[in-house]
Amino acid sequence: MRLFFKYMGLELKSQMQYRTSFLLLMLGQCLTPFTSFAALYFLFERFGQIQGWSFYEVTLCFAVTYVAFSVTECFARGFDTFSSLVVSGNFDRLLVRPRNTVVQVLGTRFEFARIGRLVLSIVMLIWAAIHIEIDWTLLKILTLVLMCVSGVFIFTGVFILAASISFWTVQGLEIANIFTDGGREMTQYPLSIYQTWVKRFFTFIIPFACFNYLPLTYIVGREGSDSPFYALIPLVGILFLIPCLLVWRIGVRHYRSTGS
Amino acid sequence: MITLNGISKSFLVAKRPSGIKHAVKSLFHREYTNVEALRDISFSIAPGEIVGYIGPNGAGKSTTIKIMSGILVPDSGTCTIHGYTPWLDRVPYVKNIGVVFGQRSQLWWDVPVMDSFELLRDIYNIPQAEYRDNLTLLVDTLDLGSIIHTPVRQLSLGQRMRCEIAASLLHSPSILFLDEPTIGLDAVSKIAVRHFIKTINKEKGVTVILTTHDMNDIEALADRILLIGKGTLLYDGSVQGLRGQFGTRRTITVEYRENANPLDIPGASLLSWTPDRAILSVDTEQILISDAITRLSSQVELLDVTIDTQPIEDIIVQMYKEYEL
Repeated sequence: MRLFFKYMGLELKSQMQYRTSFLLLMLGQCLTPFTSFAALYFLFERFGQIQGWSFYEVTLCFAVTYVAFSVTECFARGFDTFSSLVVSGNFDRLLVRPRNTVVQVLGTRFEFARIGRLVLSIVMLIWAAIHIEIDWTLLKILTLVLMCVSGVFIFTGVFILAASISFWTVQGLEIANIFTDGGREMTQYPLSIYQTWVKRFFTFIIPFACFNYLPLTYIVGREGSDSPFYALIPLVGILFLIPCLLVWRIGVRHYRSTGS
Repeated sequence: MITLNGISKSFLVAKRPSGIKHAVKSLFHREYTNVEALRDISFSIAPGEIVGYIGPNGAGKSTTIKIMSGILVPDSGTCTIHGYTPWLDRVPYVKNIGVVFGQRSQLWWDVPVMDSFELLRDIYNIPQAEYRDNLTLLVDTLDLGSIIHTPVRQLSLGQRMRCEIAASLLHSPSILFLDEPTIGLDAVSKIAVRHFIKTINKEKGVTVILTTHDMNDIEALADRILLIGKGTLLYDGSVQGLRGQFGTRRTITVEYRENANPLDIPGASLLSWTPDRAILSVDTEQILISDAITRLSSQVELLDVTIDTQPIEDIIVQMYKEYEL
């Protein structure tokens, strides 16, 4: 863990070498969620609600996803760009160092510019939490925090899975983005508005529902989900990381390096 | 102590004929060929040796190095280094080795060299005292003092290579793998790198295994060479032994008082001839050098004689030819 921060410090230092580019990127990142959010806003402007979900409820859902996703992109970007590490053969370098490969891959890349996006998402989250008509209890606040944490774990797991594919295909597959970027786009809205099979897939196979839809029903007090079990469901989502790490391990054993 | 026994490794390589038609076709159906990168490789290396590992491109040099450094898993065979099997005990094992890939950098591109060294100290958990001693030694012997605070991207290739080598020795490894350490370097840097490798081998007893295409590296450094071709080990022995086995030809250059008759020596071939100077290539397996000179002196009035051994470069080319590599 200490090593992880050392990696981070070094990466921060090197990104600061290009200060203007860094600041512009940060600003740009700050603005991107606005486009998605504008779409959301106009949708509600027109229809008032979606399947019983009010504007602020969906905004909360949207903000949780964005917080989780920007944290993940900031810290687990190494897995997102992992295929380039395999193609260039630079993964060899990591293998001859006496450290866990996961920590080292995480250490290859940090996207600090994503902090811009994170700040905006947190502002949005607080804004929605204040305007929403809910009696906030301690457990509900805890649930909200857990949702963000669990989201980071789940997105990281998806990134690791997508990266593991590179061990077999060398080139990263764009199809994996269905679950990373696609997952982000989808979980901006409560899962209940989708088809049943979509809901099932994203609850039991890739448990996106665990970090936002299911606990959200508890927070907003939907009928049938007022048991505290729903509040703690994000913890189940965290477990998703375990099978992902297993697949990663198998992948590393399968690694065949390239070039001379 | 390094022991390899019966190591084999093959890769499945997708056949990709050129052309758009085939490229599209290969999306749906791909044919694979099984390429045997290594076939039954066995050798052992004692501590403190410098071993040159040579062979033409694609012979399997890098594959062997990658297996020995725990990056690749072989299909069969055993490899024991310091009691570890590299690919099974990766984390404890790699603490004992340093690896330099000539074509790839292990330094962080945008930050000063010193920052990379400090991160490596944390990666390897090097005790502070040991780190400081090693760093001082490396900075002095590799003459890094003036460049250590420069970002890597601003270094020349020679400077960078010296830093790479330093980076791989910070944790005092007992084995150093060098994959083409002198590739692309100018003469001065090459000599500096060679000198350094020799020094750490002598003073710290580091075992060095290096692959190279530059035979001068081999002649300057290696006590022993391993020649690999098409995945099989072809020669294992000293450089002198190689000369004895393959370098049986000598070149004799003679100058003499003008003589119009062409020279004729059995067992020797004329490489060039003018009325007062000739260069002959003599096969010492057919005729002794002394006999060749006796015959020469009976045919012409000799003024000057020089005898050259075949450059190692030529011997290697001859070996590659002989083994049809």
